[in-house]
Amino acid sequence: MNLAVAFFYLFSALMIASAFMVIAARNPVHSVLFLILAFVNAAGLFLLLGAEFLAMILVVVYIGAVAVLFLFVVMMLDVDFAVLKQGFLQYLPIGALIGIIMVIELILVMSGWSASQASLGNAGAPTPPDVSNTLALGRVLYTKFVYFFQAAGLVLLTAMIGAIVLTLRHKSDVRRQDIGEQNARDRKQAVELKKIPFRTGV
Amino acid sequence: MTESWLVPFLLILAKALGFLVALLISTAVLIYGERKVWAAVQLRRGPNVVGPWGVLQPFADFLKFILKEPIIPAGANKGVFVLAPFISAFVAMAAWAVIPANEGWVVADLNVGILYLFAVSSLGVYGIIMAGWASNSKYPFLSALRSAAQMVSYEVSIGFVIVTVLLCAGSLNLSEIVRAQDSDYGLFGWYWLPLFPMFIIFFVSALAETNRPPFDLVEAESELVAGYTVEYSSSLFLLQFLAELIAILTMSSMTAILFLGGWLPPFPIAPFTYVPGVVWFLLKAWSVVFMFSMVKAFVPRYRYDQLMRLGWKVFLPISLFMVVLVAAVLQFNQWMHAG
Repeated sequence: MNLAVAFFYLFSALMIASAFMVIAARNPVHSVLFLILAFVNAAGLFLLLGAEFLAMILVVVYIGAVAVLFLFVVMMLDVDFAVLKQGFLQYLPIGALIGIIMVIELILVMSGWSASQASLGNAGAPTPPDVSNTLALGRVLYTKFVYFFQAAGLVLLTAMIGAIVLTLRHKSDVRRQDIGEQNARDRKQAVELKKIPFRTGV
Repeated sequence: MTESWLVPFLLILAKALGFLVALLISTAVLIYGERKVWAAVQLRRGPNVVGPWGVLQPFADFLKFILKEPIIPAGANKGVFVLAPFISAFVAMAAWAVIPANEGWVVADLNVGILYLFAVSSLGVYGIIMAGWASNSKYPFLSALRSAAQMVSYEVSIGFVIVTVLLCAGSLNLSEIVRAQDSDYGLFGWYWLPLFPMFIIFFVSALAETNRPPFDLVEAESELVAGYTVEYSSSLFLLQFLAELIAILTMSSMTAILFLGGWLPPFPIAPFTYVPGVVWFLLKAWSVVFMFSMVKAFVPRYRYDQLMRLGWKVFLPISLFMVVLVAAVLQFNQWMHAG
């Protein structure tokens, strides 16, 4: 058997198993750890496809940053596992219904998929062997799709500003630290030298 | 048919084994050397009992770690507790798959080598955060939270520093980055000079990324006893300790490759070019390690808010600005040569 095929099945099987464990694990921290395992296997699948840049970016962004914050938050939650499991059967029908609707929608979307002429052309002529994956991505991303790329960046910027605006509170009664002021303080302002006469005290 | 993949497979295995052995010996040298450096700074003698001049001290420590009984706390989450040191050590060693010690001396010459290195070093936080959580104890948990915030913060500026180097080298392959620094100017052609601010930022961020003093808030002994390793003992502690030391070696080698010209000789003329490249590489990497030790010996620890301020309010704006500046200068140069 081809080695690449063997690795494909290995990564896929591990990914599906860990994705299942994300929802099956009793402990939410274990769920997040399994989610990270699923991300790692997805990166492995990207590598098999020859999309090495995407694979590494997936590891850097999702595993190295996003999942760390997930883990960070989940670890600090005080979750009562018994309460979490209580209403499982009660909510099962609704959950299953939503799941089935999602699957149907996904099938509808995927079956009616129409690719643009440009990408069809790319499928016919894959990147030449002497051009690296990263270079090929950069060439289309910053030329043909530059507006979409910038728009995606703006969407993320908006989300970031939104999150900051929602959480930023200016409290007037809180004493704030002004680093510049502290650093600008010199010896004269900080230390007072007193000559104390012997046996008289201050 | 079987030979077609067997020979390259065995070759890679041999290379990986060679790097691993060299790495483990280097960690032993690192333990001994650092203790001697700190001792010299503080006018002490350092390890001097085991073996001649105390050189066998790291091996004695190693034996002690191996032979003692591993203790797993009753309240710990056992699976994650045991898994964490293995992940730490695995991730730390995995980084060495792409580091070229000489022309062609590399296990995997990846096209995206630098990204791989960046990705793997950002995974180092998992060993710490899992250890801290699974210990089910106050100090390790606080330490895990600190390390998560610290490492994610400093990764951002490391990422931008790497982007400036990439812009100059025009490749993500580590060997290509070293070759791009090969010029007639010798050591003045390496990237430490044109990208000097980024060199400094990278060095300081590397200290923060490896949780080294003055940024060792993760294991600040006056506040957190020993941080995330409080509950660890014997071989599990050894693995965490090993991962930390290997991360230091990785970061030093990364500095040597990105800014100090990797295996290139300092002057591209006769007596220097006779010396094998691996000697230059080791010399550069160990000089950076020496700087790491010296920083630990004489810089007091940062406060946590100072650490965050330095990362987000000083390094991030400077490195962002430098990315734009370097890109603009390179583009301008291109126009000048074209027109």
